[in-house]
Amino acid sequence: MKAKDLRLAELRSSIPELDPREALALQARGAVLVDVREADEIAQGSAPGALRLGRGFLELRIEDAVPDAGTTLVTMCAGGVRSLLAADDLRRLGYTDVRSVRGGFNRWKNDGLPIEVPRTLDAGQRERYGRHLLMPEVGEKGQFKLLDARVLCIGAGGLGSPVALYLAAAGVGTIGIIDDDVVDRSNLQRQILHTDDRVGTPKVESAKTALLALNPSLKVRTHQTRLSSENVDEIFRDYDVIVDGSDNFPTRYLVNDACVKFRIPNVHGSIFRFEGQVTVFDPFNAKRKGPCYRCLYPEPPPPELAPSCAEAGVLGVLPGIIGVLEAIETVKLILGLGDPLVGRLLQYDALRQEFMELQIDHDPHCRYCAEGAAFPGYVDYAQVCAAPSN
Amino acid sequence: MSKAKIRIPTPLRSFTGGSDEVEIDGADVRAALRHLGEKHGGLLPRILDAEGGLRPFVNLYVSGKNIRALNGLDTEVKDGDVLSIVPAVAGGVF
Repeated sequence: MKAKDLRLAELRSSIPELDPREALALQARGAVLVDVREADEIAQGSAPGALRLGRGFLELRIEDAVPDAGTTLVTMCAGGVRSLLAADDLRRLGYTDVRSVRGGFNRWKNDGLPIEVPRTLDAGQRERYGRHLLMPEVGEKGQFKLLDARVLCIGAGGLGSPVALYLAAAGVGTIGIIDDDVVDRSNLQRQILHTDDRVGTPKVESAKTALLALNPSLKVRTHQTRLSSENVDEIFRDYDVIVDGSDNFPTRYLVNDACVKFRIPNVHGSIFRFEGQVTVFDPFNAKRKGPCYRCLYPEPPPPELAPSCAEAGVLGVLPGIIGVLEAIETVKLILGLGDPLVGRLLQYDALRQEFMELQIDHDPHCRYCAEGAAFPGYVDYAQVCAAPSN
Repeated sequence: MSKAKIRIPTPLRSFTGGSDEVEIDGADVRAALRHLGEKHGGLLPRILDAEGGLRPFVNLYVSGKNIRALNGLDTEVKDGDVLSIVPAVAGGVF
């Protein structure tokens, strides 16, 4: 008798084995069915609701998925052998009630039990997003959330560049970009989406070229227009998160008002010379209560009190810092991870190399986001400071 | 009379000769702002309206708390407090 047969005989004497139908009934009563086959086998079909861990990472990942060692686990492989070995490993980890499906998935299928073809990442995606997949907080499930997410970047400029590049790299499946401008050489000091040979082309087209070069499987939607009360509804309704990197108050207020109307989180960043600020305006966030932009600043400044255009200017690296913080908040929102920057304004001072956080509160009387407030409509504010000829 | 500091945001530093922080005296925010206005002419109209109220596109914080959630301009200022002026900033792309 071979060593492996001896070992299997030993395991069979101590690990309870179930028929597929019994396993299904047990699963319905709360047991966790663990599919321990390889990813390519699972891709052909698996039991609905099974935990698909594969044997390779089983011991490393089971505790994140099933923290309670008293939970009944039922292991299943293709023929009922690997599942015995896996069951033994799980017992050694401390799980007290582990059983194995006799005959495995082949018999499950032959018995006519339900099957689903699970959504899987292809080999290219597994390779590209490998560092995400290694983290239990993201994993395959999180990567699917990223792939399914639709994020709109307001502006393909200083802030929009790092935001869009990092979201594209992370695998955010649909990235929209709205900008009506063309690439100017003076943009290149900070707008890292664009290149010298694309000077003169529309920014949205240049952005699309850069993003698809980084990650060809993305959907990039280009909106070569200026945001207005006329088009904001139509553009915004198809997105899950808006990332505001605009350069003027009329757009900031339109973005806020539409985000409140559609209950879309608004990841907000702004920069001025050596200073930047970031927050997430999401008054309907389930984790934290926070304000909308109008709770904080009910109205934009009149033209005579807005900082003059002649004074505007920005250190080229600064939007990198602020944009990347916006990208992180966006990914956290998509994955539902951590503590969002809701109700908190993070201020960054590059010269002092200091971050400062201010608490910002929801205004219960806000005209836009107060509970039960009827949407008051959009306002097209006059452009208080025309952008200098970039 | 308390001794405190007011942090001046970049857009308003042209009024303070480029300084990012100004030392001020005052028992409450109103008095502290008055002192700031005496030191640096032209700055207060950017923060307060003609009636002396806080402008809607400016927020003022006393040691991390928005004065709108405290006692507004009557909010007490203690020795060592740091006041921050946080105006709405539009900039992003250019």
